[in-house]
Amino acid sequence: MATARASKHDWPNALFVLPYLVVFVAMIVVPLGMGMWLSTTKGDLFGVEANVGLSNFTRLFGDPIFLETVKNTFYFVLLTVPALTLIGLGLALVLNTPARWATVLRTIFFASTVLSVTVVTLVWRLVFLPDGGLLAVISEALGRTPIAFLNNPDLAMPAIAITTIWWCIGLPMVLFLAALQQVPRELYEAAALDNAGRWTTLRRITLPAISRTFVLVVIIEIILQFQLFGQPQLMTLGGPNNATRPIVLFIYETGWRQWELGYAAAAAQVLFAMILIAAMAQYLVASRKGAQ
Amino acid sequence: MMRSRNPVAIALVVIAGLLMLAPMLWVLALSLKSNAALMADTNAVFDGAFTLENYVAILGNGQVFRWIGNSLIVSLGMTVGVLVLASLAGYGFARLEFPGRKILFVIVLLGLAVPEQAVIIARHQLFSWAEWHNSYPALIIPGLSAPFGVFLMTQYFRAIPKELDEAAMLDNASRFTVFWKVLLPLTIPAQATLGIFTFLHAWNDYWWPLISATNKQMFTLTVGIASTQMNFAQTEGLGFLMAQAVFAGLPILIVYLFFQKYIIQAVAGAAGR
Repeated sequence: MATARASKHDWPNALFVLPYLVVFVAMIVVPLGMGMWLSTTKGDLFGVEANVGLSNFTRLFGDPIFLETVKNTFYFVLLTVPALTLIGLGLALVLNTPARWATVLRTIFFASTVLSVTVVTLVWRLVFLPDGGLLAVISEALGRTPIAFLNNPDLAMPAIAITTIWWCIGLPMVLFLAALQQVPRELYEAAALDNAGRWTTLRRITLPAISRTFVLVVIIEIILQFQLFGQPQLMTLGGPNNATRPIVLFIYETGWRQWELGYAAAAAQVLFAMILIAAMAQYLVASRKGAQ
Repeated sequence: MMRSRNPVAIALVVIAGLLMLAPMLWVLALSLKSNAALMADTNAVFDGAFTLENYVAILGNGQVFRWIGNSLIVSLGMTVGVLVLASLAGYGFARLEFPGRKILFVIVLLGLAVPEQAVIIARHQLFSWAEWHNSYPALIIPGLSAPFGVFLMTQYFRAIPKELDEAAMLDNASRFTVFWKVLLPLTIPAQATLGIFTFLHAWNDYWWPLISATNKQMFTLTVGIASTQMNFAQTEGLGFLMAQAVFAGLPILIVYLFFQKYIIQAVAGAAGR
């Protein structure tokens, strides 16, 4: 393991990294390995009963509830990621100016990002509540019957998606704003000299210049939204009829409600593999920096 | 230079901004209404007297303060711990030679790709075996392992000119003195970014405290608010829930208004790593 330049003499230098490495090994390396091993076992809170090989995985892929959570997770990603990316881009394009009104609006759009999932879901439950919620009051004022969004299998997931977009819109916006600041001004000056219109400038100069950020935002959001957990756990408990149960909630309930740790660990490995693919894509895009 | 903007686009963004604010204002308005008035008619929000009774009810409920205290201890503990560990390790990886340095750094970087879900079950088991759940260390220690801080600090130490350490070494300063007296003060901006990010992350963390702190006395504010939300119907009423949302959300929003620039930088920096 020793590199060419390092010698026995340099060992004490490792003391600087040792404290972190101890925590890293205890809290990431060991649990990761243990999680993989657990996924091949059958056991509960009190210990492992038997090694069952890959049967947890075959059971997962035949488990209609698990398959539904996979479908729900993809559906949720599809509802949120394009919206977050496009709205974030639109906000950044309009708000990329030092003017006072834009500063105030940027503050507003990022504010919800600092709230915890429990506050966000509490606020939105009080919006969606059919009996006295904000939307119910509005629809009653318009003479319509209030809808119980969170109890409707077709509307519950979109409602959770809206909550999530409201909560998470700040991050894509600031990532796009940072990218827009990097576009060389000379390009805009040249476009102005050519009398290029707003639309042409946007399509020919701005969008190509931030294309890498666009891809990064999409991947970052896929990774983040794939891990959906708190919103359905707090707003719908995965219902109605499993319509809002994502993979992470399945892991949580299998692990800490039914105490089937091996089975939960296997589901966690499947999720890990999916996230790893997205993370590798992120790394590839990020490391292409020099090429542009 | 930025060109003049389409007024339609600006109008749309202003409307979107109002939609962002609407849920918060709604909750704030209802939190100032008495439960009795809300029970009778939810349109009470548009007329009738304002009251602080919901907030008085929260203040009378000592548990909320216990949860805020727990959140403060856990968040501050995690922040200090991450800053210390990440600074030491960042300096070590950026500046020092020791056997295995490169491979160890690569392994730590690979840790960035490991999501919480992949390790949380085994972590929970480890803490169960050690009978360590429902304690501050159990709430703090897992958060210290995040590789992001080490990555950030290593980058930052690398960017500092090496001549600074060499000059200090000529004066016979020890490795630790160079680190502590010469380089560390130069990393304050990175410390601020990492500190704010860690604090916010710890304050808002939900899954780990949910499964580790099962004793009501050890709940963090996030878990505590969740536990009262679970009995949505049985709670002291809509106004009380609203006041609780405001009570839990407002302090962090106020902190955000003051440190906006740093918070945005920290969050964007962590995502774009």
